[in-house]
Amino acid sequence: MVFLGGQVLPGNVGRAILGPLADQRAVDALNHSLGLDRPLLVQYWDWITNFIQGDMGMSYIFRAPVAPFVIDALGNSMKLALVAFVLVVPLGILGGIVAALNVNRPIDRIISLGGLSATVLPEFVTGIIFILIFGVWLDWLPIAAAWPANAGFFTQVYYLILPAMPLFLVLFGYIARMARSGMIDALDSDYTRTAVLKGLPWRTVIWRHVLRNALLPTITVIATQTGYLIGGLVVVETLFRYQGIGSLIFTAARGKDFPILEAGILTIGIVYSVATLVADILYSVLNPRIRLGTEQ
Amino acid sequence: MSTTELQQSELPSAAASARSPVREVLHSLSRSGSFLTGFTIVLFWVVCALFGEYFTPYDPLADDIINALMPPSAANWFGTDQLGRDVFSRVIVGSRDILTVAPLATLLATVAGTTLGLFTGYFRGLVDDIISRILEAFMAIPVVIVALLAIVALGTSKSTVIIVIGLSFSPIIARTVRAAVLSERELDYVAAAQLRRESALHTMFVEILPNVIPPILVETTVRLGYAIFAVATLSFMGFGIQPPSPDWGLSIASNYGMIGGGFWWTVLFDALAIASLVIGVNLVADGVQGALND
Repeated sequence: MVFLGGQVLPGNVGRAILGPLADQRAVDALNHSLGLDRPLLVQYWDWITNFIQGDMGMSYIFRAPVAPFVIDALGNSMKLALVAFVLVVPLGILGGIVAALNVNRPIDRIISLGGLSATVLPEFVTGIIFILIFGVWLDWLPIAAAWPANAGFFTQVYYLILPAMPLFLVLFGYIARMARSGMIDALDSDYTRTAVLKGLPWRTVIWRHVLRNALLPTITVIATQTGYLIGGLVVVETLFRYQGIGSLIFTAARGKDFPILEAGILTIGIVYSVATLVADILYSVLNPRIRLGTEQ
Repeated sequence: MSTTELQQSELPSAAASARSPVREVLHSLSRSGSFLTGFTIVLFWVVCALFGEYFTPYDPLADDIINALMPPSAANWFGTDQLGRDVFSRVIVGSRDILTVAPLATLLATVAGTTLGLFTGYFRGLVDDIISRILEAFMAIPVVIVALLAIVALGTSKSTVIIVIGLSFSPIIARTVRAAVLSERELDYVAAAQLRRESALHTMFVEILPNVIPPILVETTVRLGYAIFAVATLSFMGFGIQPPSPDWGLSIASNYGMIGGGFWWTVLFDALAIASLVIGVNLVADGVQGALND
């Protein structure tokens, strides 16, 4: 009945990446080829095969191979994204559950409205406000995400809390909203009523019957947010002067450093595809109704 | 609440049938708290954008280096920035560019998205498959990345921003319109038009389009919120509105480097202005959605 949707998606992303890249190449290589004809494809093929072998070309600006820059930046971005995710996933789901169990009571209003407003605000706006409150006025957290050399794990996390906050806010709204509506649907369902009527304790009903079903759509949302997260990282990393993949692409775009730009964007495409695939696998593991290769 | 209103609410069905759909929507909008709040906020910024220069205390572009970075005071309510420009005046007039660029981008997205949605929903089949796959691929890339690439290729200008945001939002509108058209095209009036041998274009734009206006309207107001988000972000990144415009995102970009020095007033008011406008537009969208879904 349900097909593995993700199998289409990575292909799409590949094509999507190829679109803008081809465009860049056309601009870049104006002197030796015009338009999207064969020479361009050959050039693209050379580049992509080199990329797979780990050779991402030379940066125009740094006059050095691109690969180390991209790998370092990707590692940094992943740290930042991980801090944001570790904070937001449990809290977002918890917020959604609390809201759903108290539908239309004040706590639900606060979570829903707060989450919604947080989601619609640009990251640099919330980022600035957080910097002012926690970095400047209260002086609790460092305002630039640049930890001293050889900083330990906890120091790095400490430096990353403030940059993770804007990402946290945007994601919190989405995740909480999905978890809330999933919970409400599940609470309304026949199987929940059956479970309650069977005389099961409320706690068992929530844990075994409601949560399992309610969290499925939430997992999909979390995975699709990887795409958003990449856009958000560009902004947040610029704001906090953090050496991640987002600021790398940003600097490359400003300096017209095409090899870095292309390598960075292809890397993002790969990360995105992998995230989508992981989400699909996770989804099928959690939902026994969809198992790989057993569709009717 | 007046007595006539009370009577109307007592007899909803009779009152509803007596009024035209447009008036009914306006009526429920006028009673939606979120719409009115949002509308007031947006109206305030529109007035500032249109007439701001007549009531700002200072010229938002006038430098006054001697009085640079002064904290808020009676003379400069929001303080002055690093060139001595009055922050209050700049915040008021700063709404102008974003309120030009974002609505134009939304308009472009709506026109392009509606057209695509009508075509894919009406013809279905191969046309639909091909266009839908391409649109899906487009939706997978974040706007910021598209914008970065487009701006590298086309250079920075207001029209680039409008085109980038307009085109990246159009697939989302197209998807909504397509869904609406798919259910609409099964109805008898479409079959009647086809039997009259009306052209496909006529059927799409004259027969179907008026009937799918409500979802388009909702999607447009929602997109406007995101467009403001995107324009502000691009300006902050230096890829949107260019100096010396007092645009909010741009002001934050040029001042946030000094935030560690405690010069909070150079960025806080711009940040709050963006926040209020974005929330205002979203409240309006929320209200419109509620009114049209009743």
